[in-house]
Amino acid sequence: MSDLAISEDLRDISVEDFRLRARAWIKANLGPIQPWDISQDCENDEEELVAVARDRALQRKLFDGGFAGICFPREYGGQGLSPAHQRAFNEELVGHEFPSRFAVPTFSPCAAVLLEFGTAEQKAAHIPAILKGDEVWVQMLSEPGGGSDVAGATTAAVRGQDADGDHWILNGSKVWTSRAWWADWGLCLARTNWNVPKHQGLTVFLLPLQQPGVEIHRIERLNGESEACQEFMTDVRIPESDRMGEIDAGWTVGTRWMYHERMGSNSPYVTRPIGISNAAAEGPTPVAIARRVGRLDDPAAQELIGEARELDIVTHALRSRLADAAASGKGNTDSSAIDRLFCGIARVRQSTIAFELAGSSAAGWTEEEEEETGAQGMEFLMRQVSCIGGGTTEIARNVISERVLGMPREASGDRNVAFRDVPRGPARG
Amino acid sequence: MWHSLTSDQDLFRDTTARFLDSHVPLARLRKDYRDHPAGFDPAYWTSGAELGWTMCLVDEADGGGSVSGRGAVDLALIAYEFGRHAAPGPLVDCNVVAAALSGQAGDLQQSVLGELIAGSAIASSALGAAPWQRPGEASVTIRRDGDDVIIDGAVRPVESGKQAGHLLVTGRSEGGMTQALVPVDAGGITIRALKGMDVTRRFASVTFDNVRAPASALVGEFGRADDHVSRQIQNAAVILSAEAVGAMDAAFAMTLDWAFHRYTFGRALASYQALKHRFADMKSWLEASHAISDAAAEAVADQTSLAAETASSAKAYIGEYGPELAQDCVQLHGGIGVTYEHDLHFFLRRVTLNRLLYGTPADHRRLLAAIQIGQEHAA
Repeated sequence: MSDLAISEDLRDISVEDFRLRARAWIKANLGPIQPWDISQDCENDEEELVAVARDRALQRKLFDGGFAGICFPREYGGQGLSPAHQRAFNEELVGHEFPSRFAVPTFSPCAAVLLEFGTAEQKAAHIPAILKGDEVWVQMLSEPGGGSDVAGATTAAVRGQDADGDHWILNGSKVWTSRAWWADWGLCLARTNWNVPKHQGLTVFLLPLQQPGVEIHRIERLNGESEACQEFMTDVRIPESDRMGEIDAGWTVGTRWMYHERMGSNSPYVTRPIGISNAAAEGPTPVAIARRVGRLDDPAAQELIGEARELDIVTHALRSRLADAAASGKGNTDSSAIDRLFCGIARVRQSTIAFELAGSSAAGWTEEEEEETGAQGMEFLMRQVSCIGGGTTEIARNVISERVLGMPREASGDRNVAFRDVPRGPARG
Repeated sequence: MWHSLTSDQDLFRDTTARFLDSHVPLARLRKDYRDHPAGFDPAYWTSGAELGWTMCLVDEADGGGSVSGRGAVDLALIAYEFGRHAAPGPLVDCNVVAAALSGQAGDLQQSVLGELIAGSAIASSALGAAPWQRPGEASVTIRRDGDDVIIDGAVRPVESGKQAGHLLVTGRSEGGMTQALVPVDAGGITIRALKGMDVTRRFASVTFDNVRAPASALVGEFGRADDHVSRQIQNAAVILSAEAVGAMDAAFAMTLDWAFHRYTFGRALASYQALKHRFADMKSWLEASHAISDAAAEAVADQTSLAAETASSAKAYIGEYGPELAQDCVQLHGGIGVTYEHDLHFFLRRVTLNRLLYGTPADHRRLLAAIQIGQEHAA
């Protein structure tokens, strides 16, 4: 609203007019959605890098077309429009390719946090670069010593001064960072004060990933895929200008960061198709699996197919409801934990449904079958990822019960205790 | 329930809420209605009809109308209050039949519709064929005999079958489904009251033994009622889902309150993580149920391309999680949760019953699958 640079024609464009413009542009400029737009899993690193380059180009295409950063202020290269405009664009995007590797975590939470807490210089340096597809960001939160307890970070930054000015020296390790091996920048939560309780001694930094002193290891998952990484930081020098927010006030940033993380692809800052599409283009459908094993006429299989569809439709309805509540200001910001919990459980169920439909065919499969209808056995082994990644469903249950329903908080051993005195287990890799 | 209601809609909902508060409080239902043969008083129903309970889905030309112009959305507000109050009365069937008769020109259809809108008579739907069935599974057949039709078969459960003046019977015919409106005293119809689980809602079994009805009793065309029936199922799904959500809200609020005030081992129940997590699960089911119930009402009101799928999703999801939530509420209450004296059972009954009417979750999932399979076949 304070952005006086918005040109009249765009500032006043109605959602419906914007939708029509978006529809025409998308049809003219974007091809059909690709399987790797949804799963983001590539056969190997070479393919992954090709997909990354394509996503950067797609993001640039959105930028050149005037559709990048629809809710970002125009002074940082965005369109200065409302969440309703972004939503209209996202609805029109259904069935089309899009720069999926930018959605999460680059736009939400990283760009959203930058916009909220970055200095004018930081925003000017990074938001246009993100909108143009030049910078992919990751979030450096979890540590080997603790997954969900992100405020218990022990990666440490120590303040220093030398001929080049004020700076920080970072040491420690972050883990479960998706695709850090080719990403550009990280938002890093670090300990800057050990003599105060844990939430009061954290600071957030902006960190270029591909630099000496940041060693990036790949973590191989049980299905052979290795998108997640662990970073080891050794005496990494961070200029004072790359500190975000106040010193030791990193949890002020952190709580909003968590909020934007839970919003995830539901965030108004994210460009990705929303709506209930015919899922055929988005990977193997329950119908395709049932057809492969000849069970389309089996009433039990039909019930499973219908239940999977039901969960898609309910998910969409729930997300719309929570987004409407957030937009109207009536929603509790912690309600995003409801979305997180629901979706985790729903995806687990859908994975189980696919596995059940496949029957014994999930035990062994040909390459052609995997290409056509996926590998339900292996996907079942990875089923719980949807309840772990991005904050476990157990943490979501704590958030819902304590902050949405107002129930008493769990007892903890780290409240009102200097962080250096908090009991800790040994770090494990 | 909705985040944005117009002031007219809010007044409409609130008027019914206050009416139910004063006329059918739970204490009164518990004491006076358990053995009431109909489960409701005719005067109560007529007063409700005056508040607009039976006109929302009827065209203005036929004497109907709704405050927002989106009848299914407005009716869902009433149904929600019915659920929150575990209110008596054949809300679902009277509305489903009224909507089916709206736009039908026949004298019989118009006169029954007028009675339904006024609340002076009850009509029930006898669903002897349904879209989730294969043709051979229909329990009622309707065939032509000269200018008449002959109805054979049996249907259960039929809500308020003993109280109804007319039945909208659905049966399988050659080429598709047929619907006819028949008086309950037509020769060959036997209606038998059934025992049931709700404190106030009554059900019957209806048999049709060579029942003859004139062609003028048909609702829609012979053998071509499939689309009408689907639309009626959508309407029923909206009403039953919204009502179940109202009952879920009431049960959940009651149980949340209990968790804060019930102490055990020197701590409130609400302080135990094992229980907190169950409340979180219930809250996610409840929010999802609100969301899909609202989405179904809107999709059905606007007849979007996803209306049938959204309505079936609501019926299936809420059909599954309504009873799950209510049973969890019972568990968290402990023994008192299964006593007649406690209020909780009113809501457990309501969500459990609603799961079973107009298609179970399994039925609606097969419907959803049929739509999916059809679409992927066409693609």
